[in-house]
Order: sequence, then structure tokens, then C-alpha cells
Amino acid sequence: MWTYEKKLQYPVKVSTCNPTLAKYLMEQYGGADGELAAALRYMNQRYTIPDKVIGVLNDIATEEFAHLEMIATMIYKLTKDATPQQLRDAGLAEHYVSHDSALFYNNAAGVPFTAAYIQAKGDPIADLYEDIAAEEKARATYQWLIDVSDDPDLNDSLRFLREREVVHSQRFREAVEILKDERDQKKVF
Amino acid sequence: MDKPYPNDYYKQLEEIQAADFVLVELTLYLDTHPDDGQAIGQYNQFAQYSKQLKRAFESQFGPLQQGSLNSSPNVWEWSKSPWPWQI
Repeated sequence: MWTYEKKLQYPVKVSTCNPTLAKYLMEQYGGADGELAAALRYMNQRYTIPDKVIGVLNDIATEEFAHLEMIATMIYKLTKDATPQQLRDAGLAEHYVSHDSALFYNNAAGVPFTAAYIQAKGDPIADLYEDIAAEEKARATYQWLIDVSDDPDLNDSLRFLREREVVHSQRFREAVEILKDERDQKKVF
Repeated sequence: MDKPYPNDYYKQLEEIQAADFVLVELTLYLDTHPDDGQAIGQYNQFAQYSKQLKRAFESQFGPLQQGSLNSSPNVWEWSKSPWPWQI
């Protein structure tokens, strides 16, 4: 089970109402390489991964849910004071007519989230390589978001999230090595 | 944007976030380096430090975690104190 803590993993400050930026951030909310996809992917793969690396998947999945909450907080804060006209100017009219100011699991182009974004192959190496690729794609997405963002407060939080993808990728790479070592030992004895 | 809560709220919360970040980072590290005694020592040190910070914060600003004490006998503080996206 999980218990909730009433805090974000890292502070999220936004400088000003900016629905255009919120629209871009939806890529990390409901996009293919976003935080929801990451959290659901690892949380589901952990059941069939070898015991030695279950912790890595379990704990990174848990952290991804904290990142999902940070992205949601960014989108919420950037749009909560926006008028319908401002949302329209930001290209969010289609979002507004369906959801008002509610958040939804869409990517930046408005495409709804699908489980087809993620995989569970049952083969530990295949799953972990997918996870490494997912972290690298998310890291790249954060970089592109920082490049298009003009909000210095928000960029501070985005840089934190970008660095977390680097650490997660590293831990998944170590998990691969742990499994390879285990496999090689089995061959010897 | 304006900060709706006292400065001390944000200061103490950031100290908790920093301490808990050490725990998250060491947890992931120990998941792949389970025999590193120095890291386990650091982990235990910060686990205690985080608990201290949370106790101090909760006595002033209300519960941070499910399972924390509700200090008021007749007001449910969990739903009264702000949610993370509201601060």
C-alpha cells in the first residue's frame, strides 16, 4: 500500500499565469514518455522482475508518482487564473470545451494517454532496456521544455526533474549489470 | 506569485523536502548497492533527522502524513491544512 505525504518532492513555483507553458508540460503529464507512463510501466513490471532488482522498480515507480504530482501542480498553477480567452490564445480551446480548467491525461498535442505507450515483456533485460530508454526520452523532453520555457521559477523545478531522470537511468543500468552478473554466476556453477 | 502562508511554513517544509530527498536518493542507491555500510549509516541518520523535522512542522502547521496525530480534539486537521498544489 501507499500512504500520502502532504508535500511535493521538490518545491514548484511559477512566476506568472502562462497557459501556453502549461500546454507544453502536458507532454510530461499524459504523454508517451511522461511521468504517468513511467510510473505505471515500472509499477507493473516489478511483479515479474527478478527479486534482486524489484526494489529499483518499486522505488523509482513511487518517485514517478511524486513527479506526476509536481507536473500537475505546475499545470494547475499556470492555468488556474487563466480566462477562456487566454486559454484559447494558448491553443487550449479544445481542452477547455471538454474539461474547463480541469487537468486531463493528454499529451501536449491533446492526444489522450493510452497503455499502448508502455510495455511489459516479462523478459528482465528487455524490460530494463525499455526503462533506460524511457528515462533518456524523459530527460530529453525535460531539456526541450526548459529550452522553450521563459519562466525561471518553473525552470528550477524542471531542472530538478531532468536530473532525476539521469539518476533513474543510472540505477536501471546498474540493475542490468546485477542481472548479468547473476546469470554469469549460474553458468559457472 | 504570492505566498499565502507564513515564511516559516515554506522554510520548514523545504528543510523536510531536502532531508527526504537524501532518503529517496540513498534508497535508490542502496537498491543497487545493498552492501554499502556507509550509505546505510547515512540513511539511518537522515531517517531520524527527517522524523524530527516533521514532528516540529506538524506541531505548528498540522499533519503532513496519514497516520500523524491530530492535535485538535474536535477539528479534523488533515483536510483543513493546505494541499501541496495550493501553497
